[in-house]
Amino acid sequence: MPISLKDEAAIAGIGLTDFTKNSGVSELSLAAQCIVAACDDAGVSPGEIDGLVSYTLDSTDEIEVARAVGASDLTFFSRINYGGGAAVGTIAQAAMAIATGQATTVVCYRAMNGRSGKRMGQGVSGDITSSDLIHWSWYMPYGMLIPGSWIAMIANKYMRKYGVTREDLGRVAISQRNYALANPRAYGYGKPLTMDEYLGKEPIAYPLCLYDFCQETDGGCAILVTSAERARDLRHKPAIIRGVTQASTRGQEQMTSYYRDELESLPEMELAASRVYAMSGLGPDDIDAACLYDAFTSEVIMQLESFGFCERGQGANMVRDGALDIDGRLPNNTHGGLISEAYIHGMNNIAEGVRLVRGESTSQPAKNIEHVLVSSGVGVPTGAVILGTP
Amino acid sequence: MIESPLAEPATRIKPPMGHDNAWWWQMADEGKLGIQRCAACQTLRHPPRPMCGECRSLEWDTVEASGRGRICSFTILTHPRFPGYSYPLIIILVELEEGTRLTSELIGCDPENVDFDLPVEMLIQQDSDGFKIPVFRLAGHR
Repeated sequence: MPISLKDEAAIAGIGLTDFTKNSGVSELSLAAQCIVAACDDAGVSPGEIDGLVSYTLDSTDEIEVARAVGASDLTFFSRINYGGGAAVGTIAQAAMAIATGQATTVVCYRAMNGRSGKRMGQGVSGDITSSDLIHWSWYMPYGMLIPGSWIAMIANKYMRKYGVTREDLGRVAISQRNYALANPRAYGYGKPLTMDEYLGKEPIAYPLCLYDFCQETDGGCAILVTSAERARDLRHKPAIIRGVTQASTRGQEQMTSYYRDELESLPEMELAASRVYAMSGLGPDDIDAACLYDAFTSEVIMQLESFGFCERGQGANMVRDGALDIDGRLPNNTHGGLISEAYIHGMNNIAEGVRLVRGESTSQPAKNIEHVLVSSGVGVPTGAVILGTP
Repeated sequence: MIESPLAEPATRIKPPMGHDNAWWWQMADEGKLGIQRCAACQTLRHPPRPMCGECRSLEWDTVEASGRGRICSFTILTHPRFPGYSYPLIIILVELEEGTRLTSELIGCDPENVDFDLPVEMLIQQDSDGFKIPVFRLAGHR
């Protein structure tokens, strides 16, 4: 009998560093700080940590983190590949470790000097040949070096097929900026964005312009996962993991899945959707709010369709109807998201999902929030999680 | 094949050359656009891989593409400007008439004139350091 991960584990703590453009400290320092903050939030000693999960892109080794924070002996450590696609994957791995008894207190972390240190999209080349480098070699020599260039190829096709306009993308950016205005952690705090300003920017990677892109941020974010049973006795209302999965589909590439019959959909997100809905016994109508991965505005609109919140091609109509706003059908990225809070590779979107379940968002919707959907990277092997109230 | 007179600065990012891709660039160096073909089930595939995902055969050969295709999608890159590339840089996803797709650059075209489904044809561009790379131009625009 396979073990379902439904209701086995919960997120009991979230921890963040300040989000800045120049942290002035090492990534190890950021990692240690956010992990201790997550433990404090949960009311758990860092000395109880026996599991750590991060991204292959993270520069900080688990054992360095363990020494820095004075963790316990580690019985579970793991890394997830594919950039922001790893975000929910870390939670899935932690939940599996909890459910199968590999560890009791697992912290997932991502800490990066994403602006002052290594920025995304600087290109890769060199003498070492790995399957990953050869993958990028079909794009880098042509000048496709930045994530926006890879996503634009899909966004352009999708927008043309379904009549999605620049204004529609702008509505996503402005909705999330409006949330950021209330969030002191956010880059967009106190910085309103108007449609005129949005439309006034020249394209970076047509059809994507400046405000369609996420932030570049120095900062760390950690998520503490433990058993649902134990989480009930800790400091905060737990965010129960109702369903969680990783997802990669046929024809998958990292950012450049250009060889599938159809380019105007996200098959890996549709797989993630079917898995988390099946595991949780829930459907789109049960989801009260979301943190849909938003490295680019176009990704948010496409995911509305992937997760069944609307029919194919109707994502922009939902946005035009105000669905993503605080009083809408699906308040989304209520902290500002990667676009207007910070780009911690999706981990900060998971933290906001937890806040929404606790009722503690800086833009907490008036309606009762019972279930929140959080997704990770778009256009890459990815995952999704549904967090619920106990 | 047509040799383009355009010469780019010799700072383009070069592909790492391994067992699974060096042959494609060698064909480009010879003025040809290559497509990998499974020797067992004849399925064409791009980007190249060492095993056929349809029949799992490790045997493959290559065919030379006609170089004709249509624009499946595109983007126009303007920022940031990396050395070795000409901006605005039009990147296209080409669907070749043989059925496979590849990403490439569209040269000699005003960005305002690029659109979905336009027919394109391949030519080999030679950089000033001698590196050769397949690019495309709108069909019939000599």
